[in-house]
Amino acid sequence: MSSTTPKIQTKARAFWKGAAEGAPFLLVVAPFAMLFGVLATEAGLNVLETMLFSVAVFAGAAQFTALQLMQENAPTLIILASALAVNLRVAMYSAALTPWIGAAPLWQRAIAAYFTVDQSYACSVMQFEKDPQMSVPQRMAYFSGVLFPIVPMWYASTLFGALLGAQVPEAWALDFALPITFLAMVAPMLRTPAHVIAAVVAITTSLLTAWVPYSLGLIIAGTLGMMAGAQAELMLEGKKARHD
Amino acid sequence: MIDPVKLWTVIIGLGIGSYALRFTFLGIVGDRPMPAWLLRHLRYTAVAMLPALVAPQVVWPAATDGTADLPRICAAVVTLVVGLMTKNVLAAVFSGGATLFGLLYLAA
Repeated sequence: MSSTTPKIQTKARAFWKGAAEGAPFLLVVAPFAMLFGVLATEAGLNVLETMLFSVAVFAGAAQFTALQLMQENAPTLIILASALAVNLRVAMYSAALTPWIGAAPLWQRAIAAYFTVDQSYACSVMQFEKDPQMSVPQRMAYFSGVLFPIVPMWYASTLFGALLGAQVPEAWALDFALPITFLAMVAPMLRTPAHVIAAVVAITTSLLTAWVPYSLGLIIAGTLGMMAGAQAELMLEGKKARHD
Repeated sequence: MIDPVKLWTVIIGLGIGSYALRFTFLGIVGDRPMPAWLLRHLRYTAVAMLPALVAPQVVWPAATDGTADLPRICAAVVTLVVGLMTKNVLAAVFSGGATLFGLLYLAA
């Protein structure tokens, strides 16, 4: 979009622009949610439990993490800590959205918090930066618009997957659907050397600590990976500053 | 089978925890600035946690009783490489899936 694009004038226009820009994500959301439904049913959850899980948590990657660790019989505290660590990125999204919609009424921010996910964050911040003239109500309308196609699809696909559930044959090798999905999600995030270093340290540590009981290795590996990434970023910035 | 008490503890705990993570900033921190070191670490949570979770499943998959399995390792490598090259999540998922099914079919 160039700067010649007409600025958004009304809340309705903002909403529908959001809906149009959120719609392509249906291609990612539908299979991801369906997979959660299938894997949750295979893990022994019934349809109601699967749906309540999705509604209560509403964060795909964290749900998959919790499911995986429950199957490995990890202790409850480790499951919660790991899944919440995976979800720390939504805290960052929330922080990034705050300067744009922090002035909205509290009840709107309370609802927006629940719906702060990869897609609503990514679309919104991009749009708000592109068109800083938007009013706060227009921004909230755009944010809701992005979610308008995605949220019903997330619930419907989870339900479909849960109903399909145990009928999926073993030959489909669904055990590997999760690793493939996560790797596919992570690859585009490896934008800088610091991100790569974080991932390599996390992978190496996780393999070396696979023997550690209670799946604690995951927490150790994730923490070391984050610290490595942050340190690498500091060092790379220092190096760049000396070169400039 | 997952113990129901554990399942419900996880569902409720994760529901409250996830909401708290999102609400803390948007609702409570508002537009006050956050410490740089915290933001710097938050930037790397996803690229550290997700690969750490996946790595053991790639090297020692449960489906093969923990022995390294060539189709699964190839599928993981293809997914990563396609993801890095195209920056496209769907393209990476489909290439990885095709590799896995192709090699499993050849091995069968």
